[in-house]
Amino acid sequence: MKITVKLFAGFRENRFKVAERELADGCTIAGVLSDLGISEPELGVALINGRHVTLDQVLSDGETVSLFPKVGGG
Amino acid sequence: MAELLAWLKERAKGDLLLWADQLSAANRFKVSVRDVENAALENGLLPARYQRNRNMFCLDDQLKLFKSKVAVIGCGGLGGYIIEELARLGVGTIVAVDPDVFEEHNMNRQLLATPDFLGIKKVAAAARRVDRVNPAVELLPVGLAFGMDNGKRILEGCHVAVDALDSIAVRLELAEICQEESIPLVHGAIAGWYGYLMTQYPGERSLQKFFAHNSQESGLEKHLGNPSFTPAVVASLEVAEVCKILLNQGTPTRRRCLSIDLYDMEFVEIEC
Repeated sequence: MKITVKLFAGFRENRFKVAERELADGCTIAGVLSDLGISEPELGVALINGRHVTLDQVLSDGETVSLFPKVGGG
Repeated sequence: MAELLAWLKERAKGDLLLWADQLSAANRFKVSVRDVENAALENGLLPARYQRNRNMFCLDDQLKLFKSKVAVIGCGGLGGYIIEELARLGVGTIVAVDPDVFEEHNMNRQLLATPDFLGIKKVAAAARRVDRVNPAVELLPVGLAFGMDNGKRILEGCHVAVDALDSIAVRLELAEICQEESIPLVHGAIAGWYGYLMTQYPGERSLQKFFAHNSQESGLEKHLGNPSFTPAVVASLEVAEVCKILLNQGTPTRRRCLSIDLYDMEFVEIEC
């Protein structure tokens, strides 16, 4: 299935802002992270079509995933 | 008090009270400049330092700010600017919380970190700074690490808590205590070119949701560090939120998180 992945902030470094990825059916957010070489603790928020989702959320063809890194400094 | 008031009214230029007169009044009537400010604001006189605020905030607003108590948790990159801006805004009481002393690596970004303050407690430096910037503002220094054990006591009587922490785990403790004590919380976090802003009222759990997984780990800041400008930007956004909450004006960043990317200069709203 085809998934549009949008990356934000530091996730763009050495990757991309937006890209279409071909992923196996039944792929989850965790699967997208592993496809991109992002470790789970690096993730702040994942959205599917603008809605907050958890790591085990299964994707459907044509959906858009947005990934924001975790930021904790002050 | 009546004598002080009569004297202030006689000296006022229109409804403006000049700093020199505020100071003279304090000396003449043996009260603090803070007491003079209170008397002025309660009786329709605006300390002249706030005259450029007045088209945004009416006298009652300025009085409300003066009567407000705001806790700033963390006095580093974000906290230094937040305290500065709250004091200049005229927020009457600021509780500043931080257990640390200034170190050399703070000086690239932390407003209060100067060579003469190296080794000095951050909250002590904050108190000295506020005393110089706006002596009518009281800064209550708390040189402790904020946590579940002391949080309730630290936030007592505060109208807003401002997150300027550098730990996600402690942020979540702050959010829990704010929840219990019914105190609105303004969240800010930074790393490199990036940051987040979010405001949470009692009953809302956006922050807890945001950090639902892996809250014990640190974020992007661990390898990106922080430059001079990102803390200033996010701190200013946080103070704007505090101001709106205190005055019940405008639209805070509720049930959404603002993602701030200064590298690509993108501001994106995330629904929470």
